[in-house]
Amino acid sequence: MSKKSFRQAINEALRQEMRRDPTVVLMGEDVAGGRGGSAGIKDAWGGVLGVTRGLLEEFGDSRVLDTPITEASYIGAAAGAAVTGLRPVAELMFVDFVGCCLDQIMNQAAKFRYMFGGKARTPLVIRAMYGAGFNAAAQHSQALYPLFTHIPGLKVVIPSSPYEAKGLLISAIRDDDPVIFLENKVMYDDEEDVPDEAYTIPLGEANLTREGTDVTIVAFGRMVGYANQAADRLEKKGISCTVIDPRTTSPLDGETILESVAETGRLVIVDESSPRCNMATDIAALVAEEAFDTLRAPIRRVVPPHTPVPFATVLETLYLPSVEKIEAAVTATMKHRVVEKV
Amino acid sequence: MQIARETLLRSYRAMRTIRMFEERLHVEFATGEIPGFVHLYCGEEASAVGVCANLTDKDTIASTHRGHGHCIAKGVEVSGMMAEIYGRSTGVCRGKGGSMHIADLTCGMLGANGIVGGGPPLICGAALSHKTLRNGGVAVAFYGDGASNEGSTLESLNLATVWKLPAVFVVEDNGYGEATGASYACAGTQQARAAAFGMPYMECDGSDYFAVHQAAGEAIAHARGGNGPVMLHVHLARWYGHFEGDAMTYRAPDEVAEARRDHDCLKLFRQRVTEAALFEVSALDEIDTAVADEIEAAVRKAKSDPLPQSPDLLADVYVRY
Repeated sequence: MSKKSFRQAINEALRQEMRRDPTVVLMGEDVAGGRGGSAGIKDAWGGVLGVTRGLLEEFGDSRVLDTPITEASYIGAAAGAAVTGLRPVAELMFVDFVGCCLDQIMNQAAKFRYMFGGKARTPLVIRAMYGAGFNAAAQHSQALYPLFTHIPGLKVVIPSSPYEAKGLLISAIRDDDPVIFLENKVMYDDEEDVPDEAYTIPLGEANLTREGTDVTIVAFGRMVGYANQAADRLEKKGISCTVIDPRTTSPLDGETILESVAETGRLVIVDESSPRCNMATDIAALVAEEAFDTLRAPIRRVVPPHTPVPFATVLETLYLPSVEKIEAAVTATMKHRVVEKV
Repeated sequence: MQIARETLLRSYRAMRTIRMFEERLHVEFATGEIPGFVHLYCGEEASAVGVCANLTDKDTIASTHRGHGHCIAKGVEVSGMMAEIYGRSTGVCRGKGGSMHIADLTCGMLGANGIVGGGPPLICGAALSHKTLRNGGVAVAFYGDGASNEGSTLESLNLATVWKLPAVFVVEDNGYGEATGASYACAGTQQARAAAFGMPYMECDGSDYFAVHQAAGEAIAHARGGNGPVMLHVHLARWYGHFEGDAMTYRAPDEVAEARRDHDCLKLFRQRVTEAALFEVSALDEIDTAVADEIEAAVRKAKSDPLPQSPDLLADVYVRY
């Protein structure tokens, strides 16, 4: 056990799985970087944010494959390799680039098993970074997990910390279905204690980061940290919160959410993806349908406005959910009084 | 190149099977009993069979929406294909794929594909598997002149070259992408496109089984030998519409008639092997009769096979839930 960054945790997961299973291969733009450059360096970047650095040295260029900037062909190649005996981990870099290769994910990889009558296995992981907070603006900041969650056949993982990232990535690599693994780009330098050995965290099992009695907060990825901070502040005001990190949006551990809402009667969902048809609306619908009678206040969603992600810091800060916004939503839900109908 | 007698007989049988399979579908589709829509491969048989005669089960192919021919040529079981097209639970995809998604990974058939240009990237991946696992396999992408314009295809030509993959890109050029002529939709030439990627290019007459077999044999040997990908441009004519029910108003009245008269791969094959005294006419006729029986039995079985049950709706979305 030692302190590791989110970046190191992912790198370690990849390294350990590549040692364990010779069919695990990495591919993506500049996952090593430098090939064909005049300096003759073969591991110049190790990924655009250095996440895969050093893997080329250990595993060689037959397993750490730099690609041209052609997402459709290499994401499709990853899908094709997955159904023919490899276990590829493809890095899409910014999840926004899915616009260049969605067919290969949505119509190919996600569909093989069902469309072929259960006769295909597609053990594919697509890693990508998501999220605002980096001044990366509209084409490099989206949180597109609802898009993937909408597609049957895909699993979608959003780790909320370095510990979570390592265990969930190892599970994703060992899983026989296509998994979209989304890393919040603001979190790569976050640190916490992470075991040195390989371990797995099951996909589809939510994590309660704290348990309380008054309000259930469901949050994803980076928002889990915000939700916990908000819960700390609310605790001081006498409001006790449960914080649920579902870890995966597909499969979604709806049971844990419903059980918690049955206890607290109040639900706040924190989701940094665009507000229409996102996880907040999905979970709100689930709870409204399955646990209507247990609700003591309207469900509240802490989500961005329905706009592209803006560039200027002042606007981007306004755009994103924040600890203050979560605190306000929880407080509002506590103030709601149920009026009995006459 | 000398082709073994068994290979010739197997190839003739495969071409005849495709022809009869498709002609029967043409008739049966008109009755309204087949759900969805079908795209027939009649007239193009020598391409799929001539290429696949150079492959084994350990090699991989990806097909197109017009995929029945590739499936049969690669060894997918005919009765299971017919049942699939009829939406039966005995179909090769248990009635959940249909005509456009027939696949059988056990014989290296990565699937017909409802998306134009969907196959070439997958073939880059299959070729990467063959190369990485060092199993000696080659991956072949069949795609049409229409798909040759897709970005995914052009990207795949580039990636396969950059990675020096054991891949062959077979452009089945039947002159039409849906109802639009290739002469309108394809800028430049396939040859120039291959050259632009530094990829060897070959072309052949797709109605001549021997020409396809020869060219594909060279292309596949090149790729299998670790020399990187090859493009094989096969010139073809499509005998039916883009899909069944297409009245083909965009084609001159005599275009299909001429193809059927002068470019029938089966007629040409029979002429060649009987003139060379390789086989008796009667031996070929026997195959025709056997294939007709096989298709008849497949249709009869498909029509009476069980339909999928309601639990099948939810099954097999994931390996593990």
